[in-house]
Amino acid sequence: MSNLAARPPAATTRPLQVPALVLVAAACLPVAASAGDAVRGAVLAAPCASCHGTDGHSPGEIPSIAGMTPEDLSRAMLDFRSGARPATVMNRIARGYDEPEIAAIVAYFATKAQ
Amino acid sequence: MRTSEPTRRQTLGMLTAAPLLGMPAIARGATQGRVVIVGGGFGGATCARYLRRMAPGLSVTLVERNPHFVTCPFSNLVLGGLLGIESITHSYDGLRRDGVEVVQANVEAIDPAGRELRLTGGDRLGYDRLVVSPGIDLIMEAIDGYDEAAAERMPHAWQAGSQTLLLRRQLEAMEDGGVFVMAIPQTPYRCPPGPYERASLIANYFRTHKPRSKILLLDDKDQFSKQGLFQEGWAQLYGDMIEWLPFGQTGGLIAVDPDTGVLQTEFDTHRADVANVIPPQRAGRIVHDAGLTEGGQWCRVDPRSFESVVAEGVHVLGDAVIAGAMPKSGFSAGTQAMVCARAIAALFAGESLAEPSFVNTCYSLVGPDYGITVADVFRIGPEGSIVAVQGAGGVSPMGADPEFRLREARYARGWYTSITQDIYG
Repeated sequence: MSNLAARPPAATTRPLQVPALVLVAAACLPVAASAGDAVRGAVLAAPCASCHGTDGHSPGEIPSIAGMTPEDLSRAMLDFRSGARPATVMNRIARGYDEPEIAAIVAYFATKAQ
Repeated sequence: MRTSEPTRRQTLGMLTAAPLLGMPAIARGATQGRVVIVGGGFGGATCARYLRRMAPGLSVTLVERNPHFVTCPFSNLVLGGLLGIESITHSYDGLRRDGVEVVQANVEAIDPAGRELRLTGGDRLGYDRLVVSPGIDLIMEAIDGYDEAAAERMPHAWQAGSQTLLLRRQLEAMEDGGVFVMAIPQTPYRCPPGPYERASLIANYFRTHKPRSKILLLDDKDQFSKQGLFQEGWAQLYGDMIEWLPFGQTGGLIAVDPDTGVLQTEFDTHRADVANVIPPQRAGRIVHDAGLTEGGQWCRVDPRSFESVVAEGVHVLGDAVIAGAMPKSGFSAGTQAMVCARAIAALFAGESLAEPSFVNTCYSLVGPDYGITVADVFRIGPEGSIVAVQGAGGVSPMGADPEFRLREARYARGWYTSITQDIYG
């Protein structure tokens, strides 16, 4: 199976079904993002908590995501993905996400920083 | 039982709720809806916690028979003498603080048609949606001579708690020069690399306390998770202390005799000073009784919501589920629970389901300072089942330097701290 074949189609936006608060939050993002992207980011970012802690605040030995600027987080994920940045496990994980997905994850953590 | 009474907080939550149209079940209660979760392990507790975060208007009740949760992850560190059992024991107070109603009770039966649970003692608990995360049952009858009584002498220690402590006491009491034998089942079973981490950390204990002892692994399969990495680490750290016999050399485990300490395989007889018998497994009893396994060993679910394919309104999580390419692990159960919680929140809100994404990262310690991983990202594939994203994931590199292994060992501990705090903290 190809990499693309395993992927779902791009998230569609459903503006009428998204609570107003989410729309407001999405409008405040540093990266232009639709409401559908906000849900997508939350879904994609959810498993990060199991290693990096709730909302990216790590209580233990694994580095926190919380506190990183969106630029740094984006750069880290892209460099893990390309192999430019050495890693133990993050290079294997980052290759599971394409660039729009990484942008959605970064935008999600940006809302948590506000 | 007062669990059917809405709390003041839940009643207030309704004031900010979405319109009630299209949600007839809600008319029965004063909240946006009532979710009952059975089982407080990684799947059930994560689902409870995340539902409170994602949908504060829902009432969430967790039914769990034990007052605390003892994790299988890191129970091998207890067996190896690196941690006390209290380090892997978690209370449900954090869930209570988040507004989860925690009911300590045994579930006798699920009535999917009546949307109701029957608890031991006769209490009934109604729900709009039910989540069942029952973990595993051990198929002891698959091994001649093995039953509950035999497990008190040849522990499985595959459900953490008293069994973990029993096996630890046996290892401590064993003479130097003794033989520890572990019987390992075929896939699928809970935590595929778990037996090999266990062998590693018991070898670490023997090396320092009983260096003439041996470890014999009687495996009912011919290959295992992270095999190259484990065997590389065993050779570096423990020499020839661990001997692995694949199915091809044993023909499979047939019988055990707790009186003589003998394990009988198709081809041979092995005598153990301490025996750890890990039987084959199936989903926890309650989902079989409710018909959710369709006569098989595991439950089939819609991977977008983890709703049972045979019982509307009933979701099943974790080890009890066939989840495509995902292994049975605490991490898998947690990431499934996040998807399930989001789906339940969407269903109550009348929204469509988000396209899910899953991760499993499985740390194993080959030694206290020697960690290895397997990691994967999962999506729904074109056939509708969960598949690993191609080109991503995989295991730690072979031949890595000690610094790399040390970092993965430190991150293993960090993972345990993070995931247990996220769920139980």
